[in-house]
Amino acid sequence: MATFPEYIAQNEERDGVRFSWNVWPSSRLEATRMVVPVASLFTPLKERPDLPPIQYEPVLCSRATCRAVLNPLCQVDYRAKLWACNFCYQRNQFPPSYAGISEVNQPAELLPQFSTIEYVVQRGPQMPLVFLYVVDTCMEDEDLQALKESLQMSLSLLPPTALVGLITFGRMVQVHELGCEGISKSYVFRGTKDLNAKQLQEMLGLTKPSANQGRGPQSVQQPLSNRFLQPLQKIDMNLTELLGELQRDPWPVTQGKRPLRSLGVAMSIAVGLLECTFANTGARIMAFLGGPATQGPGMVVGDELKTPIRSWHDIEKDNAKFMKKATKHYEALANRASSNGHVIDLYACALDQTGLLEMKCCANYTGGYVVMADSFNTSLFKQTFQRVFNKDVQGSFKMAFAATLEVKTSREIKVSGAIGPCVSLNAKGPCVSENEIGTGGTCQWKICALDPSSTLALYFEVVNQHNAPIPQGGRGAIQFVTQYQHSSGQKRIRVTTTARNWADAQTQIQNIAASFDQEAAAILMARLAVYRAETEEGPDVLRWLDRQLIRLCQKFGDYHKDDPNSFRFSETFSLYPQFMFHLRRSPFLQVFNNSPDESSYYRHQFNRQDLTQALIMVQPLLYAYSFNGPPEPVLLDSSSILPDRILLMDTFFQILIYHGETVAQWRKAGYQEMSEYENFKHLLQAPVDDAQELLHTRFPMPRYIDTEHGGSQARFLLSKVNPSQTHNNMFSWGQESGAPILTDDVSLQVFMDHLKKLAVSSAA
Amino acid sequence: MNVNQHTPMAPPYGQPQPGYSHPGYAPLDGGYSGPYAPYNGPASAYQPGAPAQGPTRGPPTSGPPPVSAPQAYNQYSQGNMQNGPPPMTQAPPRPAVSQPYNQGAVNLSGPHSGYPQQYGPQPTMHQVTNQMTGMQITSGPPTPAGPGYVAPRSSQPSISTPYSTAPPPTYTQAPPLTSSAAPQQPHPSGPATSQQYYGGPPPPAQQPFSSSLPPTSQQQFSSGPPPPSQQTFPPSSFSGPVPPPSQAPAPPVSQPQQSFPPTQPPFSSAPPPVGQPAFHSGPPPPVQGSFPPRAPAPSSQPGSFPPPGPPPTSTASGQYPGPMPPQQQHPPSQPSPYHSGPPPLRAQMPPTSMAQSNHLPPGPPGPLGPPGPLQQAPPQPGMQGGYPPQQNGAFGQVRGPQPGYAGPYPGQPNYGTPAPAPAPAPAAQKRLDPDAIPSPIQVIEDDKAKSTEPFTTGVRGQAPPLVTTNFQVKDQGNSSPRFIRCTAYNMPCTADMAKQSQVPMAAVIKPLATLPPDETPPYLVDHGEGGPIRCNRCKAYMCPYMQFIEGGRRFQCGFCSCVTEVPPHYFQHLDHTGKRMDCYDRPELSLGSYEFLATVDYCKNNKIPQPPAFIFLIDVSYNAVKSGMVHIVCQELKTLLDHLPRENPEMDSVVRVGFVTYNKVLHFYNVKSTMAQPQMLVVSDVSDMFVPLLDGFLVNVKESRLVIESLLDQIPEMFADTRETETVFGPVIQAGLEALKAADCAGKLFVFHTSLPIAEAPGKLKNREDKKLIGTDKEKSLFQPQVNFYNTLAKECVAQGCCVDLFLFPSQYVDVATLSVVPVSTGGSVYKYTYFQAQSDQERFLNDLRRDVQNPVGFDAVMRVRTSTGIRATDFFGSFFMSNTTDVELAGLDCDKAITVEFKHDDKLSEETGALMQCAVLYTSCSGQRRLRVHNMAVNCCSQLADLYRNCETDTIINFFSKYAFRGILNNPTKAVRETLINQCAQILACYRKNCANPSSAGQLILPECMKLLPVYLNCVLKSDVLLPGADVSLDDRAYLRQMISCMDVADSHVFFYPRLLPLMKLESGSLPVAVRNSEERLSKGGVYLLETGLHLFLWVGASVQQELLVNIFGTPSFSQIDPSMTSLPELDNPFSQRLREIIDSFRAQRSRYMKLMVVKQEDRSELIFRHFLVEDKSCSGGASYVDFLCHMHKEIRQLLS
Repeated sequence: MATFPEYIAQNEERDGVRFSWNVWPSSRLEATRMVVPVASLFTPLKERPDLPPIQYEPVLCSRATCRAVLNPLCQVDYRAKLWACNFCYQRNQFPPSYAGISEVNQPAELLPQFSTIEYVVQRGPQMPLVFLYVVDTCMEDEDLQALKESLQMSLSLLPPTALVGLITFGRMVQVHELGCEGISKSYVFRGTKDLNAKQLQEMLGLTKPSANQGRGPQSVQQPLSNRFLQPLQKIDMNLTELLGELQRDPWPVTQGKRPLRSLGVAMSIAVGLLECTFANTGARIMAFLGGPATQGPGMVVGDELKTPIRSWHDIEKDNAKFMKKATKHYEALANRASSNGHVIDLYACALDQTGLLEMKCCANYTGGYVVMADSFNTSLFKQTFQRVFNKDVQGSFKMAFAATLEVKTSREIKVSGAIGPCVSLNAKGPCVSENEIGTGGTCQWKICALDPSSTLALYFEVVNQHNAPIPQGGRGAIQFVTQYQHSSGQKRIRVTTTARNWADAQTQIQNIAASFDQEAAAILMARLAVYRAETEEGPDVLRWLDRQLIRLCQKFGDYHKDDPNSFRFSETFSLYPQFMFHLRRSPFLQVFNNSPDESSYYRHQFNRQDLTQALIMVQPLLYAYSFNGPPEPVLLDSSSILPDRILLMDTFFQILIYHGETVAQWRKAGYQEMSEYENFKHLLQAPVDDAQELLHTRFPMPRYIDTEHGGSQARFLLSKVNPSQTHNNMFSWGQESGAPILTDDVSLQVFMDHLKKLAVSSAA
Repeated sequence: MNVNQHTPMAPPYGQPQPGYSHPGYAPLDGGYSGPYAPYNGPASAYQPGAPAQGPTRGPPTSGPPPVSAPQAYNQYSQGNMQNGPPPMTQAPPRPAVSQPYNQGAVNLSGPHSGYPQQYGPQPTMHQVTNQMTGMQITSGPPTPAGPGYVAPRSSQPSISTPYSTAPPPTYTQAPPLTSSAAPQQPHPSGPATSQQYYGGPPPPAQQPFSSSLPPTSQQQFSSGPPPPSQQTFPPSSFSGPVPPPSQAPAPPVSQPQQSFPPTQPPFSSAPPPVGQPAFHSGPPPPVQGSFPPRAPAPSSQPGSFPPPGPPPTSTASGQYPGPMPPQQQHPPSQPSPYHSGPPPLRAQMPPTSMAQSNHLPPGPPGPLGPPGPLQQAPPQPGMQGGYPPQQNGAFGQVRGPQPGYAGPYPGQPNYGTPAPAPAPAPAAQKRLDPDAIPSPIQVIEDDKAKSTEPFTTGVRGQAPPLVTTNFQVKDQGNSSPRFIRCTAYNMPCTADMAKQSQVPMAAVIKPLATLPPDETPPYLVDHGEGGPIRCNRCKAYMCPYMQFIEGGRRFQCGFCSCVTEVPPHYFQHLDHTGKRMDCYDRPELSLGSYEFLATVDYCKNNKIPQPPAFIFLIDVSYNAVKSGMVHIVCQELKTLLDHLPRENPEMDSVVRVGFVTYNKVLHFYNVKSTMAQPQMLVVSDVSDMFVPLLDGFLVNVKESRLVIESLLDQIPEMFADTRETETVFGPVIQAGLEALKAADCAGKLFVFHTSLPIAEAPGKLKNREDKKLIGTDKEKSLFQPQVNFYNTLAKECVAQGCCVDLFLFPSQYVDVATLSVVPVSTGGSVYKYTYFQAQSDQERFLNDLRRDVQNPVGFDAVMRVRTSTGIRATDFFGSFFMSNTTDVELAGLDCDKAITVEFKHDDKLSEETGALMQCAVLYTSCSGQRRLRVHNMAVNCCSQLADLYRNCETDTIINFFSKYAFRGILNNPTKAVRETLINQCAQILACYRKNCANPSSAGQLILPECMKLLPVYLNCVLKSDVLLPGADVSLDDRAYLRQMISCMDVADSHVFFYPRLLPLMKLESGSLPVAVRNSEERLSKGGVYLLETGLHLFLWVGASVQQELLVNIFGTPSFSQIDPSMTSLPELDNPFSQRLREIIDSFRAQRSRYMKLMVVKQEDRSELIFRHFLVEDKSCSGGASYVDFLCHMHKEIRQLLS
């Protein structure tokens, strides 16, 4: 067997799963002493272009409480045509269609390389994709124009059969009827009054499809469109024109006032419209916000400009009078949307906050995107929005809808909960742990929108008692069953079955320690911390995080008591403290200098991205370009900032190019223009090219910053690097070894020293 | 005026009473004449005659009758004259007639006998008649009977007979007349003549008859009723009768007649003069007194009278001559019936007519006329004496009738029957002679005749000509009657007097009335930044009543006497008379009506108002689309929007427009000029209405024309397939209101609505039409709004200056009572097109809509009426809202809206200063300018009741009464309301009788000259659909009429209650045919009539109409080929057709609502509808006929007096 890193990589590649521990302690007691829980990051729709589409339905365990899917880990009796469920040990007959099964004629799901397999369900109607645009019209003409163009562009990216709808809002909310000739029609609602689905249905004149249509075969086809949601191919021109004619909200805004923006009601109507027309069908509500909701339910700030929108300071002082009510409003909406399988995307483009703090749950619960930019007239928004409609190699959208994730576990282990863009389906079962972490108490979650990078953190609890040892060679198995609506309209089921060895923590602690996946663990712990930060005071979370780190060090460190210098960490743990150091400084846990909206945005992205991206968010990558050699990754440390270097920093949210002092001077002198200094030109170009590559692939598109020594935007770099040199430690001040950072933050060195001291302390 | 004169006459009347009764009866015949004021005169004469000769009369009757008859004739003849051609012919004949007359007289005697016979034979009959016609009959008989009516009866019978004879024929004749020869056969001849009188109304001949004759005849009749009956003869006979027995009375009668004649000037013109003169000689003296007023007419009349009597008949007969005889013959047969009916009436009539100044004069002549022959002389003297007094009271005999009345009233049916009977003369016998009772036509024609000079408003307390008269007004310090009309131009000085008389003190104000092109609209005065100069204390605006003192440095307010400094910029020296030097340069110092430019202080929120907006809200539910309404509206708006109101025709209107359609939900339209296509915004949240857009909703028509046209093209298409049948209403108005609020302007909503709003929304209604409630105490609830929602909404609308005009297209009950709350409270109008069919109703609807949109209109108006110390405006009627007791708030005020204001004393008035009122209306003009329109009015004050009764305007009183009553039904059972009206009317007349009329028999009905039409008009009010619904009248119709009348001006209410009925047998360019009275008796089977009610226009075609007429009008010679569903007449190239259409167009132009033409063929089913408007007849819903009601009224008065 290969090394653990290879094994981990292979597993991730094949199944989209990374466990914090790849060998599991075999008893509950031992497991709790491991500090980092047994948990996994699971990417349900990990891109697997090589997966063959299986055109039949999965074979399920016949035990009602189990219903696990036949998988390569099952024992099969080819002669008796029986298989034993590896979760509940139930012996099941193969269905008649498997009559021809034999050792040499195995169905795909029994092949080991198909531990992840995807079934395409043939029954049921092909559901169209539904896109409902919810557009704010309270914005500058320039912004609106850009937005209109983006929207028009997006129409060309949609499949012709997709159903499209349009809701605009300002002071009023307008639901546009599409496909009207000669006159454009819309239903208007006042922005101060919330409507439930039934009221809305009446007011929009939407009768239940079933009520109108007989039981004829058409009954399924008819409801597929209505006046407000129509196939793009039918109303393409009309909608393009309609979008083109969108006007800025005509209601006058007096001096010193914000425009009245009925965002709350608009969202409510969007949710209601889909609720009463396409419940349980994949649908995407795309909300474009030019500012905060200023009236009606869901308002986050009054229309008086003299009262600024709430800040963290206000929230701490309990001074944000609209926040709780608004949050409640959006939470209710998010719950309604998610229970119907609908996604809500938030595209918030404004210089000021737009109320993402209150609305975050709309995206978080439904798996929707949040995009934050300064204006719709920026490439950040335009590119990002375009990328929403990216397609995979098969020409399908990289989006899946209305997914449910079910987790099945073998008896020794249960699932405690999940953290990620999902909501609980409240499905109790034998594999549900009483100990909740994140969204727990269930073995099924609804994920209304999935893309290939959507990643959930799933936390498990080993429930095997200490006195009931697991036989040698026993493995714990976990099966992830993801049912979703593919962007082609098909219903698909992806099944990932994975297993890990058990080990007795007392005797085989080395094995367990060696199986530690510090990257996954860091992110899993980070998600926990962020989850806690949403509900708890900042310092408490940090304290908790520190304690966990110390305990981990104590548990797995190699040291002499009370001798910090003797502390050694094995390689599998070596980076972990550093991750924690950067996590503590990250905007996910620190709100200082961030608006509540920004915090919400960062946390949202952190909670849904896969491990690689998440790691970048925690500890940005820093590359150095110089004449001294090829580009190289360098320490995220102030010592890496050298005058003759160009630095490229990727924080996920920003791509920053920093020209060292000397390089900046050269550039200013224009050497790159001279033919004899072509190499300099190349040097300058190299990071830009790399940055472009990142910019082109990342979703959402990062903010691109090009700065230099002394530039104002260099602050983004300075705030991220480890402040190893500050005005406080002058030992290398003035030397060439880097740039000092003017901060009182502790440096990694100090942090580690402290950590060691506490870890080895017998008092702890 | 005349009245005064009459008054003198009145005494005679009173006197006549005894004879009166006779005369009265006779007058009854005169009833015809009655209509002709003059007659009354005669009547009075009668009375006198009657009284004097009362007993004798009986006998004399024979003699007198002729006289009276002649008179009647005269009148009639006049009528004929009026008619035009016929008259002419008549005129000539008359002379002949006169002869015949004499003969007639003879005949009369004959008839007389007949009359008497009737009476006599009829003694029983009498009784019956008495019962029937009570009054008159009694009168007739009474005289003979002696003081006792009995006597008259006996005598009367005779008289009556003649009368009856006469009348019947007349009646029959009338129709025949019209038809000319056709049916008439004997009738024609006899009836014709008589009819002429009676029928007078029908054809020209009739009119004269009825008008002049009746009175005369009445009086005369009374004197010598029978004879009169014979047309020419009648007169003669009358005169005859009069002279002989009751001649004295007769003369009086004749006098009254004379008075008639005056009215009948034309008549008298030729023939009368001669004859009359003679007569006059006798009667004239007395009469003449009266005459003077009518100077011209009278003289002529007198002349006419005498001759008329005979001549008329002859004239009438001229055509009828032949007939005449027959008539006479007929008379006999008919007499009895006649008697009962007509005679009495006439008797009454005359008085009334007498009362009418006009009559008086005629009266005398009348007598003369009759006497003309021989009798005249004799009777006159006697008569005259009697007459004069009688003038006012016309109906001495009444009491007799009264008993009858009671009977008749209840038994009216009989009456009714009789009415029709005319033709069958015999049957009608028992009736009072409708010709003998005051005739509206006569009064109207008299007034027209005397109003030749422009009416100048400079003289305080001068009653203007009637609304039916065309006249020019010169503003010399008081407002034109087109703006303000008062019930009384001589207000009682004290509250006690007012209470005693019960005459309402009210003014009907039409602040924005449009003036004819030859009168100058009010000048606009700008007093600069300080705003209009006002009294410091009462805030009255500068007006001609302000007295400048101290060399012009101060002025004393005419209303409150407070002295106010004259601002320096307004100072001007006074001349030697104390007038400002610039008095005639400044409208506010020399005119009754003018406008001030208001300053910002007069604006809402102290902001110059935005230009107003019009919002069109169109129902697009299934019914609306199917009926074609949506299509029509949209098509029409495309052109109509070019004619939005504007002040300067050169400029584009600044009024902005907006569009909304709705069914269960509302659709707003964005028609911003920059858009390629209109945008529809649906608001389905009707429970909480709001306006979904601001910019682009209200637009300038010119700028957004293309988008608007595109929209209007699409609306009908979009909803062509709608299946939505439910509608909302409350939210529709809310929507308009909110839109105006959002735009911060005043404006008008045009709502086109079809059905009961049953959809779930504020203001939702349920069907509550329950016929069982009608007539019960709960009936009133049906007129009250079903929910309170609309009252609140109306209040909000008013606050915003949002006026609502509602166009209803119901196919079933829509609850007009509730839906009209907002329009009524906001100064809007309601239009209703039941069972709207695009094809047949389109024209009416579109014309209404056009007018409504184009009408000059003011917004956000507040009206305040200030009065001089002593009286105070206490009550207001109309379409408006009042949040306090003084300010009338009108969200919108158009040129058709009138407000009736009632005044009460709170102190004494002085005769010296009179009573002043100033009506100031602050409003926003259609160009968005804030203005104040000021109307000033001064009236006299009197301490004598007689003065009060001399200067009232019945039309205005009726306007007030109807509004008062129609509001009353909201809180009282309709029956109680009706009784209240009757009581008040009875009190008014009783007070007059008691205090102003010369002593006379209690049984005599004496009416003030200027109020002699009060009973007939009041009866029309009482039997209107609102107060006395027929079985086929829906609740909606009643509510609709109720609200409509509440804002009608006097002219409209007049024609509404007493429709105009024009005979169309002969048309002349330049003048209209003389109208006939609204009774079936006046219709001739051979004729074609045009009836105008202000809401409807009927063309009635007799069953045996002349082919020539048919060809001229319809282009077809066949009666059966006339398509009754046609709504406009074919455009034929013949003078008759052209003229007829011209007349119809001119009628339509006069009214604020377009009248759809309905062709009614005699004996067709649709005739029922038509008959409904023959208001002098008994209505099928139980309304009394004029005759019956008059009897009833008399009874009431008698009760009050006793």
